[in-house]
Amino acid sequence: MVLKADDIEKAALLSRLALSDEEKKSIQEKLEQILGYMEKLEELDLKNVEATSHAVSLSNVFRPDHAYTSKEIEDILEQAPDKASGMFRVPKVIG
Amino acid sequence: MEFEAVIGLEVHAQLLTQSKLFCGCSTRFGAKPNSQTCPVCLGLPGVLPVLNEQAVNLAIRAGLALHCEIQLRSIWARKNYFYPDLPKGYQISQFEKPLALRGHLDIVVNEKPYKIHITRIHMEEDAGKLLHEHGDEKSSHVDLNRAGTPLVEIVSEPDIRSALEAGEYLRSLRAILQYCEVCDGNMEEGSLRCDANVSIRPIGQKEFGTRTELKNINSFRYVEKAIEYEIKRQKACIEAGEKIVQETRLWDSARNVTEPMRSKEHAHDYRYFPDPDLVPLILADGQINEIKKNLPELPKAMAARFVKDYQLSDYDAGVLTSEKSLARFFESALSHHNQPKAIANWIQTELLRLLKESGKSIEVSPVSPLQVASLLRLVDGGTISGKIAKVVFEEMFQTGKDAEIIVKEKNLVQVSDSGSLEKTIDAVIATNPKQYEQYRSGKDKLFGFFVGQVMKETKGQANPNMVNDLLKKKLSS
Ligand SMILES: [Zn+2]
Repeated sequence: MVLKADDIEKAALLSRLALSDEEKKSIQEKLEQILGYMEKLEELDLKNVEATSHAVSLSNVFRPDHAYTSKEIEDILEQAPDKASGMFRVPKVIG
Repeated sequence: MEFEAVIGLEVHAQLLTQSKLFCGCSTRFGAKPNSQTCPVCLGLPGVLPVLNEQAVNLAIRAGLALHCEIQLRSIWARKNYFYPDLPKGYQISQFEKPLALRGHLDIVVNEKPYKIHITRIHMEEDAGKLLHEHGDEKSSHVDLNRAGTPLVEIVSEPDIRSALEAGEYLRSLRAILQYCEVCDGNMEEGSLRCDANVSIRPIGQKEFGTRTELKNINSFRYVEKAIEYEIKRQKACIEAGEKIVQETRLWDSARNVTEPMRSKEHAHDYRYFPDPDLVPLILADGQINEIKKNLPELPKAMAARFVKDYQLSDYDAGVLTSEKSLARFFESALSHHNQPKAIANWIQTELLRLLKESGKSIEVSPVSPLQVASLLRLVDGGTISGKIAKVVFEEMFQTGKDAEIIVKEKNLVQVSDSGSLEKTIDAVIATNPKQYEQYRSGKDKLFGFFVGQVMKETKGQANPNMVNDLLKKKLSS
Protein backbone atom coordinates (compact mmCIF):
# COMPACT_ATOMS: atom_id res chain seq x y z
CA MET A 1 0.00 0.00 0.00
CA VAL A 2 1.51 3.28 -1.10
CA LEU A 3 0.51 6.50 0.66
CA LYS A 4 1.02 10.00 -0.59
CA ALA A 5 2.49 12.85 1.44
CA ASP A 6 -1.00 14.44 1.20
CA ASP A 7 -2.57 11.49 3.01
CA ILE A 8 -0.21 11.89 5.92
CA GLU A 9 -0.79 15.62 6.10
CA LYS A 10 -4.55 15.15 6.11
CA ALA A 11 -4.39 12.51 8.83
CA ALA A 12 -2.11 14.75 10.89
CA LEU A 13 -4.47 17.68 10.47
CA LEU A 14 -7.52 15.64 11.47
CA SER A 15 -5.65 14.44 14.54
CA ARG A 16 -4.39 17.95 15.31
CA LEU A 17 -0.77 16.75 15.25
CA ALA A 18 2.06 19.04 14.18
CA LEU A 19 4.61 16.76 12.56
CA SER A 20 8.11 17.57 11.35
CA ASP A 21 9.08 16.40 7.86
CA GLU A 22 11.13 13.63 9.42
CA GLU A 23 8.20 12.46 11.53
CA LYS A 24 5.91 12.54 8.51
CA LYS A 25 8.29 10.31 6.61
CA SER A 26 8.63 7.81 9.43
CA ILE A 27 4.89 7.70 10.02
CA GLN A 28 4.23 7.24 6.33
CA GLU A 29 6.44 4.12 6.34
CA LYS A 30 4.77 2.70 9.43
CA LEU A 31 1.25 3.34 8.14
CA GLU A 32 2.13 1.72 4.82
CA GLN A 33 3.23 -1.40 6.70
CA ILE A 34 0.01 -1.52 8.74
CA LEU A 35 -2.18 -1.01 5.69
CA GLY A 36 -0.14 -3.59 3.80
CA TYR A 37 -1.05 -6.11 6.47
CA MET A 38 -4.74 -5.19 6.08
CA GLU A 39 -4.44 -5.78 2.36
CA LYS A 40 -3.20 -9.26 3.11
CA LEU A 41 -6.40 -9.93 5.06
CA GLU A 42 -8.39 -8.86 2.04
CA GLU A 43 -7.13 -11.96 0.24
CA LEU A 44 -9.50 -14.03 2.38
CA ASP A 45 -13.05 -14.65 1.25
CA LEU A 46 -15.09 -12.89 3.94
CA LYS A 47 -18.34 -12.47 2.04
CA ASN A 48 -20.37 -14.35 4.61
CA VAL A 49 -18.62 -13.13 7.71
CA GLU A 50 -20.24 -10.33 9.65
CA ALA A 51 -17.89 -7.48 10.48
CA THR A 52 -16.57 -7.70 14.02
CA SER A 53 -17.67 -4.75 16.07
CA HIS A 54 -16.06 -5.81 19.31
CA ALA A 55 -13.14 -8.01 20.28
CA VAL A 56 -14.96 -9.74 23.17
CA SER A 57 -18.14 -11.64 22.52
CA LEU A 58 -20.23 -9.84 25.10
CA SER A 59 -23.42 -7.87 24.66
CA ASN A 60 -25.84 -5.76 26.70
CA VAL A 61 -23.81 -4.38 29.55
CA PHE A 62 -26.15 -1.94 31.29
CA ARG A 63 -26.35 0.28 34.30
CA PRO A 64 -29.61 1.33 35.96
CA ASP A 65 -30.74 4.93 35.48
CA HIS A 66 -29.68 6.29 38.87
CA ALA A 67 -28.09 9.70 39.20
CA TYR A 68 -25.23 10.32 41.61
CA THR A 69 -22.93 13.25 42.26
CA SER A 70 -19.28 12.78 41.49
CA LYS A 71 -16.92 14.49 43.94
CA GLU A 72 -13.98 14.71 41.54
CA ILE A 73 -14.74 17.91 39.66
CA GLU A 74 -12.80 20.22 42.03
CA ASP A 75 -9.65 18.10 41.72
CA ILE A 76 -10.06 17.83 37.97
CA LEU A 77 -10.54 21.58 37.50
CA GLU A 78 -7.44 22.06 39.69
CA GLN A 79 -5.42 20.17 37.06
CA ALA A 80 -6.91 21.95 34.03
CA PRO A 81 -4.44 24.09 32.07
CA ASP A 82 -6.71 27.09 32.57
CA LYS A 83 -9.97 27.73 34.40
CA ALA A 84 -12.35 30.51 35.41
CA SER A 85 -15.47 30.60 37.58
CA GLY A 86 -15.80 26.84 37.82
CA MET A 87 -15.32 26.34 34.10
CA PHE A 88 -12.52 25.23 31.83
CA ARG A 89 -11.08 28.17 29.94
CA VAL A 90 -10.02 27.69 26.32
CA PRO A 91 -8.87 30.04 23.55
CA LYS A 92 -11.81 31.96 22.11
CA VAL A 93 -14.02 29.85 19.89
CA ILE A 94 -16.21 31.76 17.48
CA GLY A 95 -19.70 30.44 18.13
CA MET B 1 -39.26 29.20 -13.52
CA GLU B 2 -41.33 27.50 -10.82
CA PHE B 3 -39.34 25.87 -8.03
CA GLU B 4 -40.20 23.43 -5.29
CA ALA B 5 -38.36 23.03 -2.02
CA VAL B 6 -36.93 19.73 -0.83
CA ILE B 7 -36.50 19.61 2.92
CA GLY B 8 -35.29 16.99 5.38
CA LEU B 9 -35.14 17.53 9.11
CA GLU B 10 -32.68 16.17 11.65
CA VAL B 11 -34.15 16.41 15.10
CA HIS B 12 -32.20 15.83 18.30
CA ALA B 13 -34.36 14.95 21.28
CA GLN B 14 -33.06 14.64 24.81
CA LEU B 15 -34.28 11.46 26.47
CA LEU B 16 -36.06 11.91 29.80
CA THR B 17 -33.62 9.99 31.99
CA GLN B 18 -32.31 10.82 35.46
CA SER B 19 -28.70 10.16 34.52
CA LYS B 20 -26.44 10.48 31.48
CA LEU B 21 -26.05 7.93 28.70
CA PHE B 22 -22.80 6.34 29.88
CA CYS B 23 -22.26 7.59 33.44
CA GLY B 24 -24.33 8.35 36.53
CA CYS B 25 -24.17 12.15 36.37
CA SER B 26 -27.51 13.93 36.61
CA THR B 27 -29.12 15.38 33.47
CA ARG B 28 -31.00 18.13 35.34
CA PHE B 29 -31.13 21.45 33.46
CA GLY B 30 -29.74 24.66 34.92
CA ALA B 31 -27.26 23.31 37.49
CA LYS B 32 -24.03 25.10 38.44
CA PRO B 33 -21.47 24.72 35.61
CA ASN B 34 -19.59 21.40 35.67
CA SER B 35 -21.33 20.28 38.89
CA GLN B 36 -22.82 17.34 36.96
CA THR B 37 -19.63 15.88 35.56
CA CYS B 38 -17.37 12.96 36.40
CA PRO B 39 -14.25 11.31 34.97
CA VAL B 40 -16.37 9.40 32.41
CA CYS B 41 -18.17 12.35 30.81
CA LEU B 42 -15.04 14.51 31.12
CA GLY B 43 -13.22 11.95 29.02
CA LEU B 44 -10.37 11.25 31.45
CA PRO B 45 -8.05 8.39 30.51
CA GLY B 46 -8.82 4.92 31.81
CA VAL B 47 -12.57 5.27 32.32
CA LEU B 48 -15.20 2.99 30.82
CA PRO B 49 -18.66 4.05 29.64
CA VAL B 50 -21.58 1.83 30.71
CA LEU B 51 -24.90 2.09 28.86
CA ASN B 52 -28.00 3.48 30.63
CA GLU B 53 -30.73 0.86 30.21
CA GLN B 54 -33.62 3.31 30.57
CA ALA B 55 -32.21 5.44 27.73
CA VAL B 56 -32.42 2.39 25.48
CA ASN B 57 -36.03 1.74 26.51
CA LEU B 58 -37.00 5.34 25.78
CA ALA B 59 -35.29 5.29 22.39
CA ILE B 60 -37.17 2.08 21.51
CA ARG B 61 -40.40 3.76 22.58
CA ALA B 62 -39.68 6.70 20.24
CA GLY B 63 -38.93 4.28 17.42
CA LEU B 64 -42.18 2.38 17.94
CA ALA B 65 -44.26 5.55 18.22
CA LEU B 66 -42.84 6.60 14.83
CA HIS B 67 -43.58 3.19 13.23
CA CYS B 68 -39.91 2.29 12.83
CA GLU B 69 -38.42 -1.17 12.57
CA ILE B 70 -36.45 -1.62 15.77
CA GLN B 71 -33.14 -3.32 15.00
CA LEU B 72 -32.37 -6.40 17.07
CA ARG B 73 -28.66 -5.65 16.92
CA SER B 74 -27.18 -2.18 17.03
CA ILE B 75 -23.65 -1.02 17.77
CA TRP B 76 -21.85 2.07 19.02
CA ALA B 77 -19.45 4.14 16.99
CA ARG B 78 -17.02 6.95 17.62
CA LYS B 79 -17.55 10.10 15.59
CA ASN B 80 -14.21 11.85 15.65
CA TYR B 81 -13.75 15.61 15.62
CA PHE B 82 -12.06 18.27 17.70
CA TYR B 83 -14.03 20.96 19.44
CA PRO B 84 -13.66 22.33 22.97
CA ASP B 85 -17.14 21.17 23.97
CA LEU B 86 -16.21 17.55 23.21
CA PRO B 87 -13.73 16.42 25.86
CA LYS B 88 -12.95 12.97 24.45
CA GLY B 89 -12.23 14.18 20.91
CA TYR B 90 -15.08 11.93 19.74
CA GLN B 91 -18.80 11.64 20.27
CA ILE B 92 -20.25 8.22 21.04
CA SER B 93 -23.00 7.71 18.50
CA GLN B 94 -24.49 5.04 16.26
CA PHE B 95 -23.55 4.94 12.62
CA GLU B 96 -23.63 1.73 10.61
CA LYS B 97 -26.14 -0.08 12.76
CA PRO B 98 -28.58 2.35 14.36
CA LEU B 99 -31.35 1.37 16.75
CA ALA B 100 -34.29 2.00 14.42
CA LEU B 101 -34.92 2.27 10.66
CA ARG B 102 -37.72 3.10 8.22
CA GLY B 103 -40.53 4.83 10.08
CA HIS B 104 -42.98 7.54 9.20
CA LEU B 105 -45.04 10.36 10.60
CA ASP B 106 -48.42 11.41 9.19
CA ILE B 107 -49.18 15.10 9.19
CA VAL B 108 -52.03 17.27 7.93
CA VAL B 109 -51.41 20.71 6.43
CA ASN B 110 -54.35 22.79 5.17
CA GLU B 111 -56.55 19.70 5.44
CA LYS B 112 -54.24 17.72 3.13
CA PRO B 113 -52.52 14.62 4.52
CA TYR B 114 -48.79 14.02 4.03
CA LYS B 115 -46.67 11.03 4.97
CA ILE B 116 -43.15 12.02 6.01
CA HIS B 117 -40.80 9.05 6.05
CA ILE B 118 -38.20 8.63 8.73
CA THR B 119 -34.87 7.25 7.58
CA ARG B 120 -33.42 6.31 10.93
CA ILE B 121 -33.31 6.94 14.65
CA HIS B 122 -30.03 6.52 16.43
CA MET B 123 -28.84 7.12 19.97
CA GLU B 124 -25.92 9.35 20.86
CA GLU B 125 -24.45 11.48 23.61
CA ASP B 126 -24.69 15.27 23.69
CA ALA B 127 -21.69 17.63 23.75
CA GLY B 128 -21.00 20.33 26.36
CA LYS B 129 -21.71 24.03 26.18
CA LEU B 130 -19.40 26.94 25.34
CA LEU B 131 -20.01 30.34 26.89
CA HIS B 132 -18.71 33.36 25.03
CA GLU B 133 -20.15 36.50 26.51
CA HIS B 134 -18.54 37.14 29.84
CA GLY B 135 -16.43 40.24 29.22
CA ASP B 136 -13.51 38.05 28.26
CA GLU B 137 -12.44 38.75 24.70
CA LYS B 138 -9.73 36.15 24.40
CA SER B 139 -11.35 33.03 25.77
CA SER B 140 -14.41 30.83 25.88
CA HIS B 141 -15.58 28.98 28.97
CA VAL B 142 -16.58 25.33 28.90
CA ASP B 143 -19.45 23.86 30.91
CA LEU B 144 -19.64 20.10 30.47
CA ASN B 145 -22.87 19.43 32.41
CA ARG B 146 -24.61 18.58 29.15
CA ALA B 147 -21.77 16.38 27.85
CA GLY B 148 -22.94 12.76 27.79
CA THR B 149 -26.66 13.55 28.04
CA PRO B 150 -28.65 10.89 26.14
CA LEU B 151 -30.18 11.94 22.82
CA VAL B 152 -31.95 10.34 19.93
CA GLU B 153 -31.38 11.81 16.49
CA ILE B 154 -34.43 11.40 14.27
CA VAL B 155 -33.60 11.82 10.59
CA SER B 156 -36.40 12.35 8.09
CA GLU B 157 -36.33 11.56 4.39
CA PRO B 158 -36.29 14.66 2.16
CA ASP B 159 -40.09 14.34 1.87
CA ILE B 160 -41.00 17.81 3.06
CA ARG B 161 -41.91 20.42 0.44
CA SER B 162 -42.63 23.63 2.35
CA ALA B 163 -41.77 25.53 5.49
CA LEU B 164 -45.33 24.98 6.68
CA GLU B 165 -45.01 21.20 6.34
CA ALA B 166 -41.68 21.34 8.17
CA GLY B 167 -43.29 23.24 11.03
CA GLU B 168 -46.18 20.81 11.21
CA TYR B 169 -43.82 17.81 11.11
CA LEU B 170 -41.82 19.23 13.99
CA ARG B 171 -44.93 20.08 16.04
CA SER B 172 -46.36 16.59 15.51
CA LEU B 173 -43.04 14.97 16.28
CA ARG B 174 -42.74 16.97 19.49
CA ALA B 175 -46.26 16.04 20.54
CA ILE B 176 -45.57 12.34 19.98
CA LEU B 177 -42.30 12.46 21.94
CA GLN B 178 -44.06 14.28 24.77
CA TYR B 179 -46.98 11.86 24.78
CA CYS B 180 -44.75 8.83 25.08
CA GLU B 181 -42.67 10.61 27.73
CA VAL B 182 -39.48 10.26 25.75
CA CYS B 183 -38.60 13.98 25.66
CA ASP B 184 -40.01 17.12 27.28
CA GLY B 185 -39.83 18.93 23.92
CA ASN B 186 -38.47 22.17 25.34
CA MET B 187 -36.67 23.92 22.48
CA GLU B 188 -35.66 26.94 24.56
CA GLU B 189 -33.76 24.72 27.01
CA GLY B 190 -32.31 22.74 24.13
CA SER B 191 -33.97 19.41 24.88
CA LEU B 192 -35.39 19.45 21.34
CA ARG B 193 -33.21 20.78 18.53
CA CYS B 194 -33.78 20.89 14.83
CA ASP B 195 -31.44 21.17 11.86
CA ALA B 196 -32.90 21.47 8.37
CA ASN B 197 -31.44 20.39 5.04
CA VAL B 198 -32.91 22.64 2.39
CA SER B 199 -32.58 22.65 -1.39
CA ILE B 200 -34.78 23.71 -4.29
CA ARG B 201 -35.31 22.34 -7.80
CA PRO B 202 -37.42 23.27 -10.81
CA ILE B 203 -40.81 21.60 -10.54
CA GLY B 204 -40.78 18.34 -12.45
CA GLN B 205 -37.04 17.78 -12.06
CA LYS B 206 -36.11 14.52 -10.36
CA GLU B 207 -32.58 15.30 -9.20
CA PHE B 208 -32.10 17.21 -5.99
CA GLY B 209 -30.48 20.63 -6.03
CA THR B 210 -27.45 21.51 -3.92
CA ARG B 211 -28.52 21.70 -0.31
CA THR B 212 -27.58 23.82 2.64
CA GLU B 213 -27.81 22.75 6.24
CA LEU B 214 -29.54 25.21 8.60
CA LYS B 215 -28.50 25.22 12.23
CA ASN B 216 -29.19 27.29 15.32
CA ILE B 217 -32.98 27.17 14.92
CA ASN B 218 -33.38 27.23 18.68
CA SER B 219 -37.01 28.18 19.06
CA PHE B 220 -40.23 26.73 17.75
CA ARG B 221 -41.30 29.90 16.00
CA TYR B 222 -38.06 30.15 14.00
CA VAL B 223 -38.34 26.82 12.21
CA GLU B 224 -40.74 28.00 9.53
CA LYS B 225 -39.18 31.46 9.31
CA ALA B 226 -35.65 30.13 8.79
CA ILE B 227 -36.68 27.62 6.13
CA GLU B 228 -38.84 30.16 4.35
CA TYR B 229 -35.96 32.61 4.25
CA GLU B 230 -33.56 29.98 2.96
CA ILE B 231 -35.92 28.90 0.14
CA LYS B 232 -36.28 32.54 -0.95
CA ARG B 233 -32.52 33.07 -0.78
CA GLN B 234 -31.80 30.01 -2.92
CA LYS B 235 -34.40 31.06 -5.50
CA ALA B 236 -32.90 34.55 -5.76
CA CYS B 237 -29.45 32.98 -6.08
CA ILE B 238 -30.45 30.72 -8.97
CA GLU B 239 -32.45 33.41 -10.72
CA ALA B 240 -29.37 35.64 -10.57
CA GLY B 241 -27.42 32.89 -12.32
CA GLU B 242 -25.39 31.97 -9.23
CA LYS B 243 -24.65 28.52 -7.89
CA ILE B 244 -25.83 27.30 -4.50
CA VAL B 245 -22.86 26.46 -2.29
CA GLN B 246 -23.17 23.35 -0.15
CA GLU B 247 -22.56 24.74 3.32
CA THR B 248 -23.80 25.01 6.87
CA ARG B 249 -25.73 28.20 7.55
CA LEU B 250 -26.75 29.62 10.90
CA TRP B 251 -30.13 31.22 11.53
CA ASP B 252 -29.75 34.71 12.95
CA SER B 253 -33.02 35.37 14.77
CA ALA B 254 -32.18 39.01 15.46
CA ARG B 255 -31.87 39.84 11.77
CA ASN B 256 -34.15 37.11 10.33
CA VAL B 257 -31.53 35.79 7.91
CA THR B 258 -29.37 32.69 7.47
CA GLU B 259 -25.65 33.20 7.17
CA PRO B 260 -22.77 30.90 6.30
CA MET B 261 -21.10 29.55 9.43
CA ARG B 262 -17.72 31.19 9.82
CA SER B 263 -15.52 28.28 10.59
CA LYS B 264 -12.10 26.93 9.87
CA GLU B 265 -13.54 23.42 10.00
CA HIS B 266 -12.27 21.25 7.21
CA ALA B 267 -14.69 19.21 5.21
CA HIS B 268 -16.38 16.83 7.63
CA ASP B 269 -14.36 13.69 7.96
CA TYR B 270 -15.56 11.96 11.08
CA ARG B 271 -13.76 8.64 10.59
CA TYR B 272 -16.45 6.63 12.32
CA PHE B 273 -15.37 3.31 13.77
CA PRO B 274 -16.92 0.88 16.28
CA ASP B 275 -16.26 1.99 19.86
CA PRO B 276 -14.07 -0.68 21.49
CA ASP B 277 -15.32 0.38 24.95
CA LEU B 278 -18.92 -0.60 24.24
CA VAL B 279 -20.38 -3.99 23.41
CA PRO B 280 -23.27 -4.46 20.95
CA LEU B 281 -26.84 -3.88 22.03
CA ILE B 282 -28.92 -6.99 21.37
CA LEU B 283 -32.69 -6.77 21.79
CA ALA B 284 -35.25 -9.54 22.03
CA ASP B 285 -38.62 -9.44 20.25
CA GLY B 286 -40.35 -10.02 23.57
CA GLN B 287 -38.77 -6.94 25.08
CA ILE B 288 -39.77 -4.77 22.12
CA ASN B 289 -43.34 -6.11 22.20
CA GLU B 290 -43.53 -5.37 25.90
CA ILE B 291 -42.61 -1.73 25.27
CA LYS B 292 -45.06 -1.60 22.37
CA LYS B 293 -47.86 -2.93 24.57
CA ASN B 294 -47.20 -0.22 27.15
CA LEU B 295 -46.97 2.69 24.71
CA PRO B 296 -49.12 5.52 26.06
CA GLU B 297 -52.04 6.84 23.99
CA LEU B 298 -50.61 8.97 21.16
CA PRO B 299 -52.03 12.36 20.10
CA LYS B 300 -53.89 11.10 17.01
CA ALA B 301 -55.62 8.33 18.93
CA MET B 302 -56.48 10.70 21.74
CA ALA B 303 -57.94 13.29 19.34
CA ALA B 304 -60.09 10.56 17.75
CA ARG B 305 -61.30 9.55 21.21
CA PHE B 306 -62.18 13.16 22.07
CA VAL B 307 -64.28 13.40 18.89
CA LYS B 308 -66.01 10.11 19.56
CA ASP B 309 -66.54 10.25 23.32
CA TYR B 310 -67.03 13.97 23.84
CA GLN B 311 -68.52 14.97 20.46
CA LEU B 312 -65.84 17.64 19.96
CA SER B 313 -65.05 18.89 16.45
CA ASP B 314 -61.89 17.62 14.75
CA TYR B 315 -60.46 21.10 15.09
CA ASP B 316 -61.13 21.36 18.84
CA ALA B 317 -59.78 17.86 19.45
CA GLY B 318 -56.67 18.77 17.44
CA VAL B 319 -56.01 21.91 19.48
CA LEU B 320 -56.58 20.17 22.82
CA THR B 321 -54.27 17.27 21.96
CA SER B 322 -51.54 19.42 20.42
CA GLU B 323 -49.74 19.24 23.74
CA LYS B 324 -50.01 16.47 26.26
CA SER B 325 -50.23 18.86 29.19
CA LEU B 326 -53.16 20.65 27.55
CA ALA B 327 -55.01 17.38 26.93
CA ARG B 328 -54.38 16.41 30.54
CA PHE B 329 -55.73 19.75 31.74
CA PHE B 330 -58.90 19.25 29.69
CA GLU B 331 -59.54 15.73 30.93
CA SER B 332 -58.81 16.70 34.50
CA ALA B 333 -61.30 19.61 34.36
CA LEU B 334 -63.79 17.24 32.77
CA SER B 335 -63.51 14.86 35.70
CA HIS B 336 -64.86 17.66 37.94
CA HIS B 337 -67.58 18.96 35.64
CA ASN B 338 -68.77 16.68 32.87
CA GLN B 339 -69.48 19.30 30.16
CA PRO B 340 -66.90 18.57 27.44
CA LYS B 341 -67.97 21.27 24.98
CA ALA B 342 -68.19 24.06 27.54
CA ILE B 343 -64.81 23.13 29.02
CA ALA B 344 -63.19 22.75 25.60
CA ASN B 345 -64.47 26.18 24.57
CA TRP B 346 -63.39 27.80 27.78
CA ILE B 347 -59.87 26.39 27.59
CA GLN B 348 -59.44 27.36 23.95
CA THR B 349 -60.82 30.87 24.13
CA GLU B 350 -60.25 32.20 27.64
CA LEU B 351 -57.44 30.12 29.14
CA LEU B 352 -55.18 29.89 26.08
CA ARG B 353 -55.66 33.61 25.43
CA LEU B 354 -54.60 34.60 28.95
CA LEU B 355 -51.70 32.15 28.91
CA LYS B 356 -50.50 33.59 25.62
CA GLU B 357 -50.84 37.18 26.83
CA SER B 358 -48.83 36.44 29.95
CA GLY B 359 -46.27 34.30 28.13
CA LYS B 360 -47.00 31.32 30.40
CA SER B 361 -47.26 27.68 29.44
CA ILE B 362 -50.15 25.44 30.46
CA GLU B 363 -47.86 23.61 32.88
CA VAL B 364 -47.65 26.70 35.08
CA SER B 365 -51.23 27.89 34.58
CA PRO B 366 -52.27 29.96 37.62
CA VAL B 367 -55.76 28.43 37.30
CA SER B 368 -56.14 24.72 37.96
CA PRO B 369 -58.43 22.32 36.06
CA LEU B 370 -60.61 22.03 39.17
CA GLN B 371 -60.95 25.84 39.32
CA VAL B 372 -62.04 26.01 35.68
CA ALA B 373 -64.58 23.27 36.34
CA SER B 374 -65.93 25.09 39.42
CA LEU B 375 -66.31 28.34 37.48
CA LEU B 376 -68.28 26.65 34.71
CA ARG B 377 -70.42 24.94 37.30
CA LEU B 378 -71.41 28.39 38.58
CA VAL B 379 -72.37 29.41 35.04
CA ASP B 380 -74.33 26.24 34.32
CA GLY B 381 -76.08 26.51 37.68
CA GLY B 382 -77.20 30.05 36.86
CA THR B 383 -75.25 31.65 39.73
CA ILE B 384 -73.33 33.92 37.36
CA SER B 385 -73.76 34.82 33.70
CA GLY B 386 -71.27 33.81 31.01
CA LYS B 387 -70.28 37.44 30.66
CA ILE B 388 -69.52 37.84 34.34
CA ALA B 389 -67.66 34.52 34.23
CA LYS B 390 -65.10 36.05 31.88
CA VAL B 391 -64.45 38.85 34.33
CA VAL B 392 -64.21 36.39 37.21
CA PHE B 393 -61.84 34.21 35.19
CA GLU B 394 -59.44 37.09 34.52
CA GLU B 395 -59.36 37.73 38.25
CA MET B 396 -58.79 34.03 38.96
CA PHE B 397 -55.90 34.10 36.51
CA GLN B 398 -54.34 37.14 38.17
CA THR B 399 -54.83 36.06 41.79
CA GLY B 400 -55.20 32.28 41.73
CA LYS B 401 -58.36 32.64 43.86
CA ASP B 402 -61.36 30.31 43.47
CA ALA B 403 -64.35 31.49 41.44
CA GLU B 404 -66.74 31.14 44.40
CA ILE B 405 -64.63 33.46 46.52
CA ILE B 406 -64.35 36.16 43.84
CA VAL B 407 -68.09 36.00 43.14
CA LYS B 408 -68.82 36.41 46.84
CA GLU B 409 -66.24 39.16 47.44
CA LYS B 410 -67.38 41.24 44.50
CA ASN B 411 -71.05 40.42 44.91
CA LEU B 412 -71.38 39.19 41.35
CA VAL B 413 -74.19 36.69 41.87
CA GLN B 414 -76.61 36.80 38.97
CA VAL B 415 -79.97 38.43 39.64
CA SER B 416 -82.54 35.73 38.97
CA ASP B 417 -85.15 37.14 41.27
CA SER B 418 -88.08 38.01 38.98
CA GLY B 419 -89.55 40.51 41.44
CA SER B 420 -86.49 42.69 41.52
CA LEU B 421 -85.95 42.31 37.76
CA GLU B 422 -89.52 43.41 37.07
CA LYS B 423 -88.95 46.53 39.15
CA THR B 424 -85.84 47.38 37.17
CA ILE B 425 -87.66 46.81 33.87
CA ASP B 426 -90.56 49.03 34.92
CA ALA B 427 -88.09 51.77 35.83
CA VAL B 428 -86.28 51.43 32.49
CA ILE B 429 -89.56 51.69 30.56
CA ALA B 430 -90.63 54.68 32.63
CA THR B 431 -87.42 56.60 31.94
CA ASN B 432 -87.54 55.88 28.19
CA PRO B 433 -91.11 56.71 27.11
CA LYS B 434 -90.10 57.74 23.58
CA GLN B 435 -88.41 54.42 22.81
CA TYR B 436 -91.32 52.60 24.41
CA GLU B 437 -93.78 54.33 22.05
CA GLN B 438 -91.60 53.59 19.02
CA TYR B 439 -91.33 49.93 20.02
CA ARG B 440 -95.07 49.70 20.44
CA SER B 441 -95.62 51.19 16.98
CA GLY B 442 -93.56 48.37 15.44
CA LYS B 443 -89.87 49.26 15.79
CA ASP B 444 -88.84 45.76 16.99
CA LYS B 445 -85.17 46.56 16.81
CA LEU B 446 -85.50 48.63 19.97
CA PHE B 447 -85.83 45.43 21.98
CA GLY B 448 -82.04 45.25 22.12
CA PHE B 449 -81.93 48.78 23.49
CA PHE B 450 -84.14 47.79 26.41
CA VAL B 451 -82.06 44.68 27.14
CA GLY B 452 -78.97 46.86 27.18
CA GLN B 453 -80.55 49.35 29.59
CA VAL B 454 -81.64 46.61 32.00
CA MET B 455 -78.16 45.02 31.91
CA LYS B 456 -76.63 48.42 32.56
CA GLU B 457 -78.90 49.01 35.55
CA THR B 458 -78.01 45.60 36.99
CA LYS B 459 -74.28 45.96 36.22
CA GLY B 460 -74.49 42.94 33.92
CA GLN B 461 -75.64 40.69 36.71
CA ALA B 462 -79.18 40.07 35.51
CA ASN B 463 -79.96 36.60 34.23
CA PRO B 464 -80.16 37.29 30.47
CA ASN B 465 -82.82 34.67 29.73
CA MET B 466 -85.09 36.04 32.42
CA VAL B 467 -84.53 39.62 31.19
CA ASN B 468 -85.58 38.55 27.69
CA ASP B 469 -88.72 36.80 28.87
CA LEU B 470 -89.82 39.53 31.27
CA LEU B 471 -89.09 42.35 28.82
CA LYS B 472 -91.11 40.67 26.08
CA LYS B 473 -94.03 40.35 28.44
CA LYS B 474 -93.83 43.90 29.77
CA LEU B 475 -93.27 45.61 26.42
CA SER B 476 -96.18 43.91 24.74
CA SER B 477 -98.66 44.05 27.59
ZN1 LIG C 1 -20.40 11.84 34.23
